[in-house]
Amino acid sequence: MPEPVIPELSKADKNRLAQSGIDLTMKNRCGSYLQMDQDIVHSECTQEGIEVLSYKKAMEKYDGLKEYAWKVVSPEKDDITKYVAAQKDPKGYVIIAHKGSNNIFPIQACLFLGREQIQHVHNIIIAEEGAELHIISGCTSGEHVGKGGAHYGISEFYVKKNAKISFTMIHNWSENIEVYPRSASIVEENGVFLSNYVCMQPVKKVQMYPTATLRGANSVARFSSVVISTPGSYMDLGSRAVLEAPGASAELVTRAITKGGTIISRGHINGKVAGTRGHLECKGLILQDGVIYAIPEIEGSVVGTELSHEAAVGKLARDEIEYLMSRGLDENEATATIIRGFLDVKISGLPEALQQQIDASIDTAEKSGF
Amino acid sequence: MLHIEHLHVNVGDKEVLRDINLHINEGETHVLLGPNGSGKTTLLMTIMGFTNYTITKGKILFRGEDVTAMHAHERAKRGIGMLFQRPPTISGLKLGKMLTAISRTKQDNISELAKSVHMDKFLERDINKGFSGGEIKRSEVLQLMIQNPDFVMLDEPESGVDLENISLIGTTIGALLEKDKHLAKRKKSGLVITHTGYILDYLDADKGHVMCDGQIRCHGNPREILKDIKQRGYKECLECRNQ
Repeated sequence: MPEPVIPELSKADKNRLAQSGIDLTMKNRCGSYLQMDQDIVHSECTQEGIEVLSYKKAMEKYDGLKEYAWKVVSPEKDDITKYVAAQKDPKGYVIIAHKGSNNIFPIQACLFLGREQIQHVHNIIIAEEGAELHIISGCTSGEHVGKGGAHYGISEFYVKKNAKISFTMIHNWSENIEVYPRSASIVEENGVFLSNYVCMQPVKKVQMYPTATLRGANSVARFSSVVISTPGSYMDLGSRAVLEAPGASAELVTRAITKGGTIISRGHINGKVAGTRGHLECKGLILQDGVIYAIPEIEGSVVGTELSHEAAVGKLARDEIEYLMSRGLDENEATATIIRGFLDVKISGLPEALQQQIDASIDTAEKSGF
Repeated sequence: MLHIEHLHVNVGDKEVLRDINLHINEGETHVLLGPNGSGKTTLLMTIMGFTNYTITKGKILFRGEDVTAMHAHERAKRGIGMLFQRPPTISGLKLGKMLTAISRTKQDNISELAKSVHMDKFLERDINKGFSGGEIKRSEVLQLMIQNPDFVMLDEPESGVDLENISLIGTTIGALLEKDKHLAKRKKSGLVITHTGYILDYLDADKGHVMCDGQIRCHGNPREILKDIKQRGYKECLECRNQ
C-alpha cells in the first residue's frame, strides 16, 4: 500500500505519531485516515470490502447515512455534541466493513492536533453482517500546540449480526490538551465489540463515558482501559454496557495508575434481561499522592442477570518488591517489573499487531520509568 | 561461605532472634530444625536482606564480606538465593516475564528449564496466582535454577508437595547444591528448613541445628537430631534454655 502523503512534520511530531500507534510506512496496516487539525490529508483502504471515507464523502455517497448518523449518540447530549453537530463543514471518518469482509491488518485513524484550538470529528464505524473490522486510533498533538487545544470526537459504532469490531485508541496528547470523546455502540446478535483505551502520557483533561448497548442475543462487549495520570492530568473515564438480550455479556476492565494526577474510573453494567452476565473490574495503584476514585455500578432488574464487580486501590506491596529484589533485581527494576505486570491486560480476540501496539505504548512508559 | 556472629533481629519492636551464631563452609549443607514460630524463617529472611527484619546487633559475612547492611538484590548478586515457603502472588506479572527479568546472562533456555520441572505451562500465568503447593515450590526451584546462587536457602521445600514431586524437587535442588559432585569438588552451600526430613533423602546434609525461641540451642548430625525430634518432640529442646 502506498505511503500517505502528509505535510512536513518535525522528527518529534513523527515520533509522537509513532508512539500513538500510527505507522506512516503503512506496514501492517490495510488502510488509513489521517486528519491534521481540520485538514483531511489521507483517506484510503486497500482491503476489499472495506471503505475508509471522510465523513463528508460518506454522507454524499450514502445519502446522509440516515440510519447511522447521530442515531446512537444524540446531538443534544451535551455541549460537546452540540458543538460538533453545529459544524457546517463536519470532519471525521466513516469506515464501513461490508458484509463478510475481514481485515487482517488494522486500519489506522490518526487525529493530529497541530495548531488549531479545537479539533472536531464525527466518526461512524459500521461492521455489516459477518464482517470483522480492526481499527487503531492514534490521537496526538504536535510540539507547536503551545497555547493548548481541545479535541471533540463523536464516534458511533454499529456491530451487526455475527460481526466484530475492535477499536484500540491510544492517546498521546500533552499537558495543555483537553479531550472529550463521545461514543456509543449498538451490538446485534452474536456481535462482538472490543474497545481498548491506552493513555500513558500527560493530558490536561479527558472526559468520556462510552456506552455499548447489547441489543442482540449472545452479543459481547469488552472495554479495557490502561491509564497513567501524571500531575496536572484529570482523567474522568468510564464505560457502560447495557445488556438487552439473552446471552449478552460484558466485561469492563481498568488498570489505573496515578503519579499525582486524578483518575475517576466509572463503570456501569445494566442487566435488563435474564440470561445476561457482566463483570466490572477496576484496579488502581497510587505511586505518588494523587486521586483514584473508582465508581463501579452494577444494576440488575430481572431474575437471571448475573453481575459482579471488583475494585481495589492501593500501593505497591513491599513484599512483592523485595521478592523480586531477592532474585537480583534492584529496587527500581523490581518496581518497574511489577508495574509492567499490573498494566499487562491481555485482550482476547485482538489481533497480535494491535496487542503489540498496546504493549509498545506501555513499554515506552516503562522505559521512561513510568 | 556464610558466617553469622552474635546476630539479634527484631520484627517491629519484638526481638525474634537472639545471639545467633552460624558458620557454613563451602560445599556444606546445613539443616535448621525447630518448632513452628521458633524463628527459622526469620533467620532466612534476615540473611536474604528483607527490610522487615531489623538487625539490632551482630553481623553477617558472606565469603568474608560484611553484607549486614546490604540490600536484598546486592546479596542476591553476590550469590545468596532463597526458596520461599510462601512467596507473594504478583497479579499481572507472568512467571515467564519474571524469569526473563532475573536471567542476567540471557543464555538460559527458560522453556527447557521450565519443562524440566514441569512448569512450562505456567510461564504465561501470573506468579503464584492459583498455584497449588507443589506448583509454588516448582516455580521457586525454577527461579533458583536461573538465578543459580552459590548459597541456597530452602524454607520447607517439601511442604504442600506430593511424594512424586518431592522426588523431582529434591533431585533438582540436589543438583543446584552440586550433590552429584564429589564432596571435595562441591562449591555450593545450603541451609534448609524442614519439618519432615523427606528432603534430606536428596540433599545429604552435613550438619543440623535446632532453633527454639529465637536461639540455636544445639548442633549435630542432622539425621540423628531429626530422629530424636520425631521420638521426643521439641519438649526437651524448649527446656534446654533453662539449663
